[in-house]
Amino acid sequence: MSVLAIVEQRMAGEVLAAAQQFGSPVVAYSIGVPYSADAYAAAVEELIHKVNPTLVVFGHTYQTRDYAPKLAARFGHVLVSDVIAGKPPVFVRQLFQGKFNADVRLVGDGPHFVSIQAGAWRAEGSPEVETFSPSSVTSRQVPEPPFREAARAVDLTAADIIVSVGRGIKEKENISIVETLAQALGAELAASRPICDAGWLPMDRQVGSSGQTVSPKVYIAVGISGAIQHLVGMKGAKTVVAINKDPDAPIFEVAHYGIVGDLFEVVPALVDEIKKAK
Amino acid sequence: MKIAVAIKQVPLRDSPLHINAAGTWIDEDLLSFEINEPDAYALEEALQLREKHDGEVIVISAGPARVSQTIREALAKGADRGIHIEVATDAGAFDTLQIANLLAAALKTEAPDLILTGLQSDDLGYGQTGVILAELLGLPSSTIIMQVEVQAGKVRVKRELEDGWFQHIEMPLPAVLTIQSGLNKLRYATLMGIKKAKAKEVKVITPDAAHASSAASAVIEKLYAPEKNKQGQIFDGDPKAAAAKLVEKLRFEARVL
Repeated sequence: MSVLAIVEQRMAGEVLAAAQQFGSPVVAYSIGVPYSADAYAAAVEELIHKVNPTLVVFGHTYQTRDYAPKLAARFGHVLVSDVIAGKPPVFVRQLFQGKFNADVRLVGDGPHFVSIQAGAWRAEGSPEVETFSPSSVTSRQVPEPPFREAARAVDLTAADIIVSVGRGIKEKENISIVETLAQALGAELAASRPICDAGWLPMDRQVGSSGQTVSPKVYIAVGISGAIQHLVGMKGAKTVVAINKDPDAPIFEVAHYGIVGDLFEVVPALVDEIKKAK
Repeated sequence: MKIAVAIKQVPLRDSPLHINAAGTWIDEDLLSFEINEPDAYALEEALQLREKHDGEVIVISAGPARVSQTIREALAKGADRGIHIEVATDAGAFDTLQIANLLAAALKTEAPDLILTGLQSDDLGYGQTGVILAELLGLPSSTIIMQVEVQAGKVRVKRELEDGWFQHIEMPLPAVLTIQSGLNKLRYATLMGIKKAKAKEVKVITPDAAHASSAASAVIEKLYAPEKNKQGQIFDGDPKAAAAKLVEKLRFEARVL
């Protein structure tokens, strides 16, 4: 099975490593034009006709999500997106926000299209990556330069201990419960995306793919189920603690220590015990 | 302007989910369903755009009979009419390309100026229905959108990139956008809205054989619980006792106390 790896800066090593496992020969290309969905879809389409791969592999980045489904549809396929394991013709995807895994089989003739989840394959070696310049570039999307909102007031990456809060907290008024825990531990307070979206904590306290990536000594996830978008931002923590009422929550998969229970009972008890220990 | 919003019905958040007897999808028998959360934000954005620019908001959904409930709820929030593409089986039986084909066929005749949908579904999570829909309709698209500004004949959007970066993009209308959760505050249906929704039109389309039988390109063979992480220690039971055990670990293993 011949494999075409489409490489962007993000996840480059992982994509190359996965491509080697998926088949051979492997050819790896980066696209030598500025990004837009139309430009990349057309460029990779042209590249596919040039190298005739059976499988095309991408990193599951925001950029891939923006154009690869369009490209796959041109070849009559879906992008089997965000796979965590497997190799052709069966890949493993997470469904229901990480609650279940599914074996997904590729059907029909190639080229097939697969994107791999960040962190699922270990980057290895550095095979040669060529740059592909398409014969022409047209795009209906006209992109402007990327920008960041106002500078981040909070640098969570420097914190030794982080107490992070998720949907399980239910109401804004309850944030003070985890704030007390953070104070008792001398920790920074952080949150999963829905909490920041709701305006219960400022955006610069968000951990996850669209927020900050942290690797503290201890990360305590309170009422966070552990969607992959959150996990990629914190799974580098040395010790992960999860407090959640759902024993099947994906956060327990990455937790070193977990308490299954009602956070409204567990967190105050934890604060008491910490005070006793100090 | 005419805005179409593609919505999906998914199990109620935090429902206890069980795998069906065939091991290929969840057992839907005792479940309640709701609108997929990112789609709720797409609907909200559509309603706000209509308030600014006038026009019409159409909600469209493909799924079994139960989906009509979610379409009614969208009408109660203020959408003008609905299209229900009624397919017999559960969402796991179709891949995204098949669903997008059904949506595209129905939307071709509507020719909306703008099509919005959520960036991904909470069940399958493929994150590509909107992008494929754009391809099938020959329209430009952009994804993970945080802001939509409609101008004469074009739209300017704010697209989310990773690590807190953003980008503005302009493209001609008609276009397809996939909407990120959290860009607006969601409205609730009012009593008046619920009353009015009963009189609004919902067109039910039964897909013709040609579309219904287009082959899947990715098939779920098996659904299963992920392997448990054997290394983690779980303390359950009495919260106080569990808290004491955890503090001991924080003190003597993680050494942060």
